Amino acid sequence: MTRRTWMSNWPVYRQIAGTDRLGRGVAARSPGTAAAEPRTERAQRVVSSICPYCAVGCAQQVYVERVNGTDTVTQIEGHPDSPVSQGRLCPKGAASKQLVTNPGRQTSVLYRRPYGTAWEALSLDRAMDMITDRVIKARAEHWQEHWQSQRARRTLAMASLGGATLDNEENYLIKKLWSALGAIQIENQARI
Amino acid sequence: MAECHPVAFGWVVEAKRRGATVLHLDPRFTRTSALADHHIPVRVGGDIVLLGALVNHVLSGRHEFREYVSAYTNAADILPEDFTDTEDGAGLFSGYDPGSRRYDNTTWQPTGERDETLEHPRCVFQVLKRHFARYTPELVEAVCGVSRQDFALLADALVAGSGRERTTVWVYAVGWTQHTTGVQHIRTAAILQLLLGNMGRPGGGIMALRGHASIQGSTDIPTLFDLLPGYLPMPRVEDDSLKAYLTRLPDTGFWGLKDAYTVSLLKAWFGDAATAENDYCLDYLPRLSGDHGTYSTVLDMIEGKVSGYFLWGQNPAVGSAGSRLQRLGLAKLDWLVVRDLALIESATFWQDSNEIATGELDPTRCATEVFFLPAAAHVEKEGSFTNTQRMLQWHDKAVDPPGDARSDLWFIYHLGKRIRAKLAGSTDDRDRPLLDLTWTYPEEGEDAEPNAEAVLREVNGYGPGGRLLNGFTELAADGSTSCGAWIYSGCFAGGVNQTARRKPHTEQSWVAPEWGWAWPANRRILYNRASADPQGRPWSEKKAYVWWDEQASQWTGHDVPDFERAKPPGFRPERGASGPAALAGTDPFIMLADGRGHLFVPSGLADGPLPAHYEPAESPVRNSVYGQDDSPVSKLYPDHAITHDQVGGHSAAYPCVVTTYRLTEHHTAGGMSRTLSRLSELQPELFCEISPALAADRGLENGGWATIITARSAIEARVLVTRRVRPLRLSDGSVIHHVGLPYHWGTAGLVRGDTVNDLLPFAVDPNVLIQESKVATCQIVAGRRPRGPALTVLVNEHRRAAGLGDLPGGPERGNG
Repeated sequence: MTRRTWMSNWPVYRQIAGTDRLGRGVAARSPGTAAAEPRTERAQRVVSSICPYCAVGCAQQVYVERVNGTDTVTQIEGHPDSPVSQGRLCPKGAASKQLVTNPGRQTSVLYRRPYGTAWEALSLDRAMDMITDRVIKARAEHWQEHWQSQRARRTLAMASLGGATLDNEENYLIKKLWSALGAIQIENQARI
Repeated sequence: MAECHPVAFGWVVEAKRRGATVLHLDPRFTRTSALADHHIPVRVGGDIVLLGALVNHVLSGRHEFREYVSAYTNAADILPEDFTDTEDGAGLFSGYDPGSRRYDNTTWQPTGERDETLEHPRCVFQVLKRHFARYTPELVEAVCGVSRQDFALLADALVAGSGRERTTVWVYAVGWTQHTTGVQHIRTAAILQLLLGNMGRPGGGIMALRGHASIQGSTDIPTLFDLLPGYLPMPRVEDDSLKAYLTRLPDTGFWGLKDAYTVSLLKAWFGDAATAENDYCLDYLPRLSGDHGTYSTVLDMIEGKVSGYFLWGQNPAVGSAGSRLQRLGLAKLDWLVVRDLALIESATFWQDSNEIATGELDPTRCATEVFFLPAAAHVEKEGSFTNTQRMLQWHDKAVDPPGDARSDLWFIYHLGKRIRAKLAGSTDDRDRPLLDLTWTYPEEGEDAEPNAEAVLREVNGYGPGGRLLNGFTELAADGSTSCGAWIYSGCFAGGVNQTARRKPHTEQSWVAPEWGWAWPANRRILYNRASADPQGRPWSEKKAYVWWDEQASQWTGHDVPDFERAKPPGFRPERGASGPAALAGTDPFIMLADGRGHLFVPSGLADGPLPAHYEPAESPVRNSVYGQDDSPVSKLYPDHAITHDQVGGHSAAYPCVVTTYRLTEHHTAGGMSRTLSRLSELQPELFCEISPALAADRGLENGGWATIITARSAIEARVLVTRRVRPLRLSDGSVIHHVGLPYHWGTAGLVRGDTVNDLLPFAVDPNVLIQESKVATCQIVAGRRPRGPALTVLVNEHRRAAGLGDLPGGPERGNG
């Protein structure tokens, strides 16, 4: 660092020599502040989304940046164009980036065998296969063709309880497959 | 509203700034009260008395919007002579059968005669007057603990804020619904709004503030046992043909097109296999024979009748009432699939539930196989949410989900694909629905993610030649159209995903019709024909919304008219007409068979054609309105050993009222908030809110510990002594103390605490089977709760003092 840049980095010098005589603007700015930029600045993409918490439906803008070769959500903010929320988010909506990025997320399949006392690892493919077999078996073993001599065509061996953060498309396919399976005990937070 | 829907509450604050009066009715003083003009504390469970007294105030003071009531409601309908009201029947309507705890509604059916003067003693208007005459300000004071001054303030504001020039809106959430009389709370508000002319008009209506991103969507396209998409009922065992099934719905009004809605749904599901000859495969659907709701299913689990259970982002071990029973039910399954972002309590009950400590559950004897499958977050998939105002909003995918995480769409689609592949060669008749199911969606990317827009297109519906439909009016009953949910038809109108529209609010009208898409037909206010007078003119310039354009011969306005566009106000139906043609040009409520708002509901309600006050299943007081204490038709599951005797109050062992609620910084059972450090830091610990008077009486210190005991369980919480919760003095001199409990905590996550839902009973509304989470009776004592089996001992001590037997179930329950 030359004597001259050392001098010009000294706020008092800048205050005296520069235009910011009150020392509340450029004279007081540190190199750290000068180099600071919004974390949204480096985003490669901004994706349109909706807050996943309550049913007000505040619009969100999701900032995506490539970090170490992986697309990463770096910020989620309110979308100013929305007639519902006009850019606002509540504490939960404002924290929703953490919902995606928090280290407490479980990202691999886990399996607990009957009478087991610990989780075990299982591949997703194997888990899907095992669940498929259990659905087919439960349905086959507990089929009710009739109920009190009236045609029922159903099974009461399987139940489902959905959260209400499911997309409409997800609910639609769940209800459709469940009905075709003949399973009726399908419920949702909407009743709770 | 400010606590749980803060951004929406911003609009209430804006309305207040523009001159609206904001009143807040709640047992607690909250952030909403802080910004309202007035906060009126009400005893939990007294809402029908309070609202009923407002109805009485409107009727006895002749404040009703007479032209609106005459033209748009069923006030003139004459009831049969054998209809008897709660006034005559000691708190029961005619048709009650105490054996089955059910009503037969034959005597509730109008005779078909009308008296337009509204003077006939048996017309709905006069019956309404007599029914609510008993609901006086004095009764409100006696039952709800609301002073006559506060009541007068509320009643005056309501009347002054209604009429041609002004409208009033009621906004509610689960504080009204989670009761054994929940539906009738909203019904009483509906009566008020119809009498005051506040329905179908801008600034009017009854707004349900729903608590989850797509909870409205989960009802519209229901993952509910009793509904098919678009509010079509699930078939019942007695529905042996399409014709028989369709008799469940009205023939007149827009339900008159029920055959088109149903056939199009079956075509969407079963494609070419669905033909006129086979009733479009209606027979492929399973039939109901009774209550298959979530609470009876849990009791079935405890009895070992249920093999498998799927949980999709839902945590009943914390979030459902009677959560101890929920966990005991999980322990009796053969297998359980949990799809979530983190390891929630419903996945780990076999490791860390309270029942292991009490000795009720032994992991080494619990046979439940548990599969935990990680789920994608909202930004890791695309799809649509339906918000609380029926608006569908598409969300795009930002990034891939991590590791094994997948969307629920991926899971259900690939599960279906695998099941179909394994059953491909089956000749069993029961497998036909699966094999004939339309289950082909484009797959994308490495993970073979099904295309969500393709699913939404199927929901929107197709016409001949694969043309996307523009709306439900294009649906046909001859099998030429398919549509997954008739009310959503039009969400892909013109081949465009209308739900993804994002035109800035600054570039369109105040109705903002080009942001997202609202069902039906992008109408933003339902029944908006009622915003104009019978001749089709706005009731006032200030409140103009839609109106009849005489020159163009059609309805027009700021919104899409919720009415047949070309039907003139002077249209009168021909005798015997069906469908929409049976409604006159002055019948705004087009989904009702007579097109009129129902002050009196002849059919569709299990607990009476008019609201009547009953105490909650557990209440510290007797019903001072009628001889009947609690709802005569509520569902209490009394036959089941495990819930037997759990409900029933009036005991000195449980003298306080416990009520539960949410905090701004957490989300329901905590699965989406207790894993976030920022939210956990803001609300780190379970607490109970109590008044200084109750604290002094029980020796409870602010910041100390309290144990709250009900007939189900006991939990501990930090004490928050606050004047936000006031003791309410009833006119018989009794003082009611409320204990307020936010219910977000459990054994997992960054912040932990006891599970408040352990305290609540299985007691549900007979119409919709929603549980009574908002009120039960409890005892509160200083100090922490006992650990281990001593907890059960404490609960049983109080049960015995209340005359109840010991808690059913003993040590080492499980699958052993």
